[in-house]
Amino acid sequence: MPLILTEEQTMLKEAADGFLNEHAPIAHLRKLRDSKDADGVSRDLWRAFGEMGFAGVIIPEEHGGSGLGAVEAGVMAEALGRTLAPSPFLGSGVLSAKVLVDGGSAEQQAAWLPRIAAGEAIVSLAVDEGSKHAPSRIATVAERSGNGFKLNGAKGFVLDGHVADALIVAALTENGLSLFLVDPKTAGVEIERTVMVDAHNAARVTLTDVEVDADAVIGSVDGGEALLEGALNLGRACAAASLNGAGDQAFQTTMAYLRTRKQFGKLIGEFQALQHRSAHLFSEIEIARAAVMGALTALDSDRPDAALRVSVAKAKAGRVAELAVQEAVQMHGGVGMTDEYDVGLFMKRVRVLNELLGDAGFHQERMARAQGF
Amino acid sequence: MTDLDAFRAETRAWLEANCPAECRGPVESEDDRVWGGRNAVFPTPAHKIWLDRMGARGWTAPEWPTQYGGGGLSREQAKVLHSEMRRIDAHPPLASFGVWMLGPALLAFGTEAQKLRFLPEIVRGEIRWCQGYSEPGSGSDLASIQTRAEDRGDHWIVNGQKVWTSYADKADWIFCLVRTDPEAPKHLGISFVLIDMATTGVSTRPITLISGKSPFCETFFDDVRVEKENLVGTLNRGWDVAKYLLAHERTMIGAMGELGGGRPLGQVATGSIGTDDDGRLDEPMLRARIAEMEVDAAAFRLAMERAGDQVKVGQAHPAIASMLKYYGSELNKRRHELLMAAGGSDALEWESERSRGGKAARDWLRTKANSIEGGTSEVQLNIIAKHLLQLPGA
Repeated sequence: MPLILTEEQTMLKEAADGFLNEHAPIAHLRKLRDSKDADGVSRDLWRAFGEMGFAGVIIPEEHGGSGLGAVEAGVMAEALGRTLAPSPFLGSGVLSAKVLVDGGSAEQQAAWLPRIAAGEAIVSLAVDEGSKHAPSRIATVAERSGNGFKLNGAKGFVLDGHVADALIVAALTENGLSLFLVDPKTAGVEIERTVMVDAHNAARVTLTDVEVDADAVIGSVDGGEALLEGALNLGRACAAASLNGAGDQAFQTTMAYLRTRKQFGKLIGEFQALQHRSAHLFSEIEIARAAVMGALTALDSDRPDAALRVSVAKAKAGRVAELAVQEAVQMHGGVGMTDEYDVGLFMKRVRVLNELLGDAGFHQERMARAQGF
Repeated sequence: MTDLDAFRAETRAWLEANCPAECRGPVESEDDRVWGGRNAVFPTPAHKIWLDRMGARGWTAPEWPTQYGGGGLSREQAKVLHSEMRRIDAHPPLASFGVWMLGPALLAFGTEAQKLRFLPEIVRGEIRWCQGYSEPGSGSDLASIQTRAEDRGDHWIVNGQKVWTSYADKADWIFCLVRTDPEAPKHLGISFVLIDMATTGVSTRPITLISGKSPFCETFFDDVRVEKENLVGTLNRGWDVAKYLLAHERTMIGAMGELGGGRPLGQVATGSIGTDDDGRLDEPMLRARIAEMEVDAAAFRLAMERAGDQVKVGQAHPAIASMLKYYGSELNKRRHELLMAAGGSDALEWESERSRGGKAARDWLRTKANSIEGGTSEVQLNIIAKHLLQLPGA
């Protein structure tokens, strides 16, 4: 599969960029933040995503989605990275949708996939527990109880968890990991909204003796690990695409600034000290773009090295975006430190996306393991 | 897809049957490369058979047209060939400036007669080329070259000196930039000519590098006669050919980051240092640096592949070659710094049996030229700033 977008994918990209520039530019994020919006995310925008076919990009057509693949999901994620729009896309449209598409029962799929695709439902995946992404160290437990299970544990960094219509909770069962569809209104579920540094949203979810029926299990009991890993890998590749979007947008903004800002009677873009750093950063961004396309196409074609490519993409895109936003603030000088300029918002968003679903260290560890050292 | 699958199956079977066992496995050393030419040297007789077989199919230049001896493959087929060769760890049958650099320039700028004369010989590895660009006074400022070609009617007389001519002492022909109009602005008085190294008046002198090796030479031209038919492209417009060819050279040097590695770094390090009970390299700090480098290397390989895909659909910006050259050569330097750290004091042995004549150290030192040859990293960054970022005054 070539590492460039097809004509249809390019059209999707243009549609997504056009839509977000009109309906959710950076001003949209600022408005949600500054008005201390109760949800911190716009349900109307999510419904509009549904109408445009964006919300259900990976959901099969028979469930009301667009039936497209990882590359298209990455296109959407990159566009969201560019305008920094808070959206349930990554949490619901990618992570949870992927779990349900791959492992959901007919009833679970019928109940949730069409509503996610329509931008009506928000379904949040609850995996992380400690401060670092570590799906192999999940401690939340689901014990057999009557006909069902009783869940105990605490989750954090649950994307959009405070407005979720349903939660997918990863918990240990007798012989492995299992995924449970949990109604957030169930007794024993406590949810605290955590406004993050980037003004996007997550939640802490505490589960105390939460009773669920046996049919709450997604896929098979003890068989959740592969299902979860599949969703996490798609989510990681999309997070990497968002990092590229945010990093590249910060870079473009900075290049525009270098072409207009004058000091010492010259445009600052004339100074070789800045030219070389800009050219280096350009190179890094191009490499990161290729890494992300490599991961997305590998997921779409089920390459055996897809998981490794995902780690390459997330680690590389993360480090590159981190460099891009730091250079953006530094090259803007004093105004880069002000809330009025957008570059600081990019820096905050990139910090969060970097931590989400495994930072560069996490993914470089996976690379080392895969290569046997 | 089915056509491509069929091609893959055929290719796999053909490679399985035709790639000799001696030509499989990591290429351990520069000395194992086959450069071809009139005085070709082969590490084993099997390497000659391998070159002959691949050359006969045109698979030393898979994407060149068949009428010039090439393989006539599509980009997708060439990728399949490449991946199938990787699958069995087949050695590249031929290392060739003819394939990598001159060939693409001849295909774009050469006359039909030049293409028919030179390209098939390049494909079969029967002619070895070197490149005469840099001069003692013209490094980064390449367009200031002074080697002169005086017009004598049906031929030129060339006088001057080139430097950093890779393998000039082993090459059969040289493609060369010469000044044909000393009065014109510096970029507009240069021509691109082909010179037989056996011509009277051509001499070479190897330069000993910090690695102790001499891959580069000084090349001298004293009243060398060059026929006019050996001009490539338009008179005094050789800079266009040179720029086109430099893009190919840059991609090639950049590709060293991908191909120059031999065994994976992690394997080299665990072999030399050992692992802990959990199978991890027993040097956590080095392990982290290697992992970071391998992520960059994997991403870079994808960037090379993506650039090729962009070229095929006409989306590639010519200056992307500068980006790949810059990135790939810096990456290769990093890889070799880590290889030295992984090897520890073993890698410092300059003359010993175990070190095979100081291979690790010499290879490490060789890579320091990667970010100088073919335009320094700083020149590449200037090109990116000017042509890709359109920064003012760049």
